[in-house]
Amino acid sequence: MFREVLIAPFSEFEFMRRALAAVIALALAGAPIGVFLMLRRMSLVGDAMAHAILPGAAIGFLLCGLNLFAMTAGGLIAGFTVAILAGVVARSTEMKEDASLATFYLVSLAVGVSIVSVKGTNIDLLHVLFGNILAMDDATLLVIAANATITLIVLALIFRPLVIESVDPLFLRTVSRAGAPAHLAFLALVVINLVNGFQALGTLLAVGLMILPAGIARFWSRDITGMIGIAVASALLSGYAGLVLSFQTRVPTGPAIILVAAGLYVGSVLFGRVGGLVRQLFPGRHLEA
Amino acid sequence: MRRLLLSLLGLMLAAAVPVRAQDRLNVVASFSILADFVRNVGGDRVDVTTLVGPDGDVHVYTPAPADASKVAAAKLLVINGLGLEGWLPRLAQSAGGQATIVTATRGVTPIIIGSAPDPHAWQSVLNAKIYVANIRDALVKADPAAAAAFAARANAYLARLAGLDLEVRAAVAQIAPSRRQVISTHNAFGYFAKAYGIDFIAPSGVSTESEASARDIAAIISQIRRLRIPAVFLENISDPRLIERIAAETGVKVGGTLYSDSLTGENGDSPTYIDMVRHNIRTLTSALAE
Repeated sequence: MFREVLIAPFSEFEFMRRALAAVIALALAGAPIGVFLMLRRMSLVGDAMAHAILPGAAIGFLLCGLNLFAMTAGGLIAGFTVAILAGVVARSTEMKEDASLATFYLVSLAVGVSIVSVKGTNIDLLHVLFGNILAMDDATLLVIAANATITLIVLALIFRPLVIESVDPLFLRTVSRAGAPAHLAFLALVVINLVNGFQALGTLLAVGLMILPAGIARFWSRDITGMIGIAVASALLSGYAGLVLSFQTRVPTGPAIILVAAGLYVGSVLFGRVGGLVRQLFPGRHLEA
Repeated sequence: MRRLLLSLLGLMLAAAVPVRAQDRLNVVASFSILADFVRNVGGDRVDVTTLVGPDGDVHVYTPAPADASKVAAAKLLVINGLGLEGWLPRLAQSAGGQATIVTATRGVTPIIIGSAPDPHAWQSVLNAKIYVANIRDALVKADPAAAAAFAARANAYLARLAGLDLEVRAAVAQIAPSRRQVISTHNAFGYFAKAYGIDFIAPSGVSTESEASARDIAAIISQIRRLRIPAVFLENISDPRLIERIAAETGVKVGGTLYSDSLTGENGDSPTYIDMVRHNIRTLTSALAE
């Protein structure tokens, strides 16, 4: 019975195995990034980025027609431009990072809509560009895996300055100059992960598997390493359980994975060790014994 | 003097343009297939503009201001109805103007899926004849002076459609009954299937907007294996990746691209409705023949 429900879908169907591999790669790379985004109060950056890539995708479409590679490359360039510009403005002026990003993504979206309208195409470009986790071909899987590998290596390299930068940027500025490069490298990672995620999995999964696990981890750990571990674990669990749920019921796969993660989140809000509601209601118990 | 010159110029311009042009009927069609019907019935007595052009997706279309001005200037607004153009009633209302809305599917027996009708009625050539008759009646009503011309053109076109219908039936008859099953990207061929007896199975629903669950895909893959379905097909407006995955997993060949909701541009292989039906039937027969 257990075998039938939990393992059979994957042993019987190759597309399920491929979806699982994609979810694992996405969880390993996306969840740590989500933790840093949350610490930097940029949890909504994913949705902004989903719109910011439109002009790039549109120019890719104008040059090469409905070519996923050209549209993705264009989207990456547009995403980088928006993220780096927003980062530079935030570092060098009084503007906060989220507000600066909001400005640039709206400009980017406006440029994108103008390009699409002037060319007069009626195809919803982003609709075509945003993929589906059930349709993993070899190329897409390789891109996601490569992306996860690069992300983990770069994160390891910039980990220390990035952590300090995220919690106490002023202190870092007084002791080191690594802040700016670490910050910009991190923004680049965010863009690569999001754009590849959109292309392969669609907006909902790419952003959801990044942000929700970070939210869950916040309720179970106080230090960043612990949070990252818990975030990755809950992303893996949601991915696997969501695939099984989508296979056994008729819920579409992306929403199923996010709904599982949402379930974990609600549980964490209620029972989390760090600031969970139940803990707050009965705080005294720690002090006994 | 200057005024004289101007009026002379105006006179010359007026003489240069054929008289007919100013009393041409201004018709807006919601998507390319309807525009093709209107063009065939109206000939040079109508000016046809299309809102969702070739290779566009009418399900998820977002109208632009230019569309509103087209609608506002139109005498007739030809729509498919059956819930296809969900965005259009609001556009027609906000655009203003005096356009009469013509629902081309009036009189078609709809196929009901769940609780909503399937809008892709034009995929059956018999329904296309109903479309053409509705469009003819609307044109005659809007421009009674040209009634005879419209009726003659409509009759000629209806005769061509009747021939096309026979063509499709003859082509389907050549396919062995056990092989009359295909998979296509979205559920656009219900009327075709019903009229001509080829089973279509689609991973996503009637609209291109809904999303498939893992269970749906697994069901389709099992079905292909069990029934030995010979081919899967792509459509010109949908993301091909899901169908390609299904093909890779079952070893079934991708039979080609079917045109469902949109014609191609002038230079594509289906610039008119008749070309589209011929293209689809050719693609189907060549993939399903043994």
